[in-house]
Amino acid sequence: MLKVDSICCVRQDRCLFEDLSFELHQGQIVQLEGQNGAGKTSLLRILAGFVRAESGKVMWQGVDIAKDNLQFACDTLYIGHKTGVNGQLTALENLAFWLETHGLETRQDLLDVLAQLGLVGLEDVPVRLLSAGQQRRVALARLWLNKAKLWMLDEPFTAVDKKGVVLLQQQFKKHLAQGGAIILTSHQDLTEHFPELSRLVLEYRF
Amino acid sequence: MWKWLHPYAKAEKAYQVCNTLMPYFAVVAVIGLIVGWTWGLAYAPADYQQKDSYRIIFIHVPSAILSMGAYTSMAITAFIAMVWQIRNAELAVIAIAPVGAAVAAIALITGAAWGKPMWGTWWVWDARLTTMLILLFLYIGVIALYHAFEDKGAAGRASCILAMVGVVNVPIIHYSVEWWNTLHQGSTITKFDGSAIDSSMLYPLLINILAFACLMAVIVLMRLKNEILEREKHRPWVRNLVSGGKNAV
Amino acid sequence: MKTHDSYWRLFSSIYKKDLTLAFRQRSEIINPVLFFIIVITLFPLGVGPEPNLLARMAPGIIWVAALLSTMLGLDKMFRDDYVDGTLEQMMLSPFPTSLTVLAKIAAHWTVTGLPLVLMTPMFALLLNLESEALTATLLTLLIGTPLLSLIGAIGAALTVGLQKGGVLLSLLVLPLYIPVLIFATSAIDAGAMSLDYSGQLAILGALLAGASVLAPFAVSSSLKVSVS
Repeated sequence: MLKVDSICCVRQDRCLFEDLSFELHQGQIVQLEGQNGAGKTSLLRILAGFVRAESGKVMWQGVDIAKDNLQFACDTLYIGHKTGVNGQLTALENLAFWLETHGLETRQDLLDVLAQLGLVGLEDVPVRLLSAGQQRRVALARLWLNKAKLWMLDEPFTAVDKKGVVLLQQQFKKHLAQGGAIILTSHQDLTEHFPELSRLVLEYRF
Repeated sequence: MWKWLHPYAKAEKAYQVCNTLMPYFAVVAVIGLIVGWTWGLAYAPADYQQKDSYRIIFIHVPSAILSMGAYTSMAITAFIAMVWQIRNAELAVIAIAPVGAAVAAIALITGAAWGKPMWGTWWVWDARLTTMLILLFLYIGVIALYHAFEDKGAAGRASCILAMVGVVNVPIIHYSVEWWNTLHQGSTITKFDGSAIDSSMLYPLLINILAFACLMAVIVLMRLKNEILEREKHRPWVRNLVSGGKNAV
Repeated sequence: MKTHDSYWRLFSSIYKKDLTLAFRQRSEIINPVLFFIIVITLFPLGVGPEPNLLARMAPGIIWVAALLSTMLGLDKMFRDDYVDGTLEQMMLSPFPTSLTVLAKIAAHWTVTGLPLVLMTPMFALLLNLESEALTATLLTLLIGTPLLSLIGAIGAALTVGLQKGGVLLSLLVLPLYIPVLIFATSAIDAGAMSLDYSGQLAILGALLAGASVLAPFAVSSSLKVSVS
């Protein structure tokens, strides 16, 4: 599905990686590893199409994402360090807004999704008043709402408690079983067993 | 067009092209300036109304025309950079901006100096002066935006967008200001047949315009070379160049 | 999915969200208006309270105050969305970014431009403006303030990623505002002398039409640069 063809990334005159190529198939999960500053987030941002690689191409279903990103945008879910959750709005408003701006139908079961994530009773509180972990959970609720095939998650487990981590991984499994693919960065190892897990280690370079 | 342009998209090639072109422009600029200025300042006849003070046009008019021209070429380069994603064109935009700003400033200062004996005041809120002042602001905006970004790649693209937005606005600004207030004498060069300007003044003026253009081209090319080296400093070919090709890293 | 309907849904949901946010932090709406009032109050104190002088200067005063008070809200236009990552999500949505941008500009105008138009009759009294001139002022503000929001959005999008974007923003945007200022004030002047000012209004309208087509594209490509 996703094909990365010898991309190279330069940040502040430092070459983070060169000639990086890999492919991501249906049902596959890739964990990006590496020290701080090794370029994990930069790689994800290139894959999501926010940043153009210095050289090389990223192909989605055989099409360069820089050329036609409509299909790519429909098929991708990206949750970065900045979660895209507005602190002034409530959890429900945030999710409804996200659904509308991504062309998904408004759903009646938003409350159920929030309940699953342990956010019951907090759906009417402005998100900035919630704890860091709860704010993350509001962002991660999109994992239950999207129709994307490829998930790109930058440190999804930050500030999430153990129970939440297990819950997320169950959702990962469901997604993979449905033929999706996941690429994530994480410093902690996945606690569940994923048969399709592969690791990509970025070395810190000077 | 694309096939022809493509090799110059490579930094090293562009650098070499700069090197080859520079001497030609430099020669024309030096000869043109010497001939144009001596002819214009010493030999051309004095104006019957303005006496010798009109001679400032040999600096004022070339810089005024070329500051507009430089803005246009900057915007065209910006367009090329954004549409075909050519990074050297971004660098060229940055190379042109300060040169254009300097020329616009020269046009304003010489204009003010000319205005004092002619209109009796350093500054009037006349259409062309005002347009030139705004043009200077637009140049400064491009330069300031470029320097505000830390990531020079983003800086280049942001400046390109601003240059293009600016060029859409320049004619609107020009006509709005002209319509608002006009005191300035009409354009003299374009009316060849009406002989608004005598040929004994026209030829040195044209030579000066050509020489100014070449001088600006030389400065822009020098700046472009520096920008390319700065941006590509981690590349092997730059290291080769700097070390004189002896110890390639 | 890419129907007329869903585009409209996107537009209205972004517009509604921005308005909701503005009403939750009411200072965002009130501050530009207060600024407008104070700037207009300062002028008579600065140049003297002579009614004729004020009436002559009123178009310029009102318009310069309007320019400055729209500048106040500009910096905020994309800032929050940039900081919390909403902008990234919008770039990865299947809708064109230019439509998103147009919705945000419309919201910005509703919050900053529209109150100015509504407040103007009151200032016209303070500045001793004739009633013909008042009509012209209202019309030019109605056409001109959306234009200010559109042009300003380009500057806001270019500077949103910068730490100290505020001052730079005014350097970039104010020169681009000049034609609007010129045509608007001359329309008001013509109105005050009971002359026909439909020409100036037509030019302003043409500028507005042009800007609403071109500016969203400039803004969305600037946002792409800022997000990278």
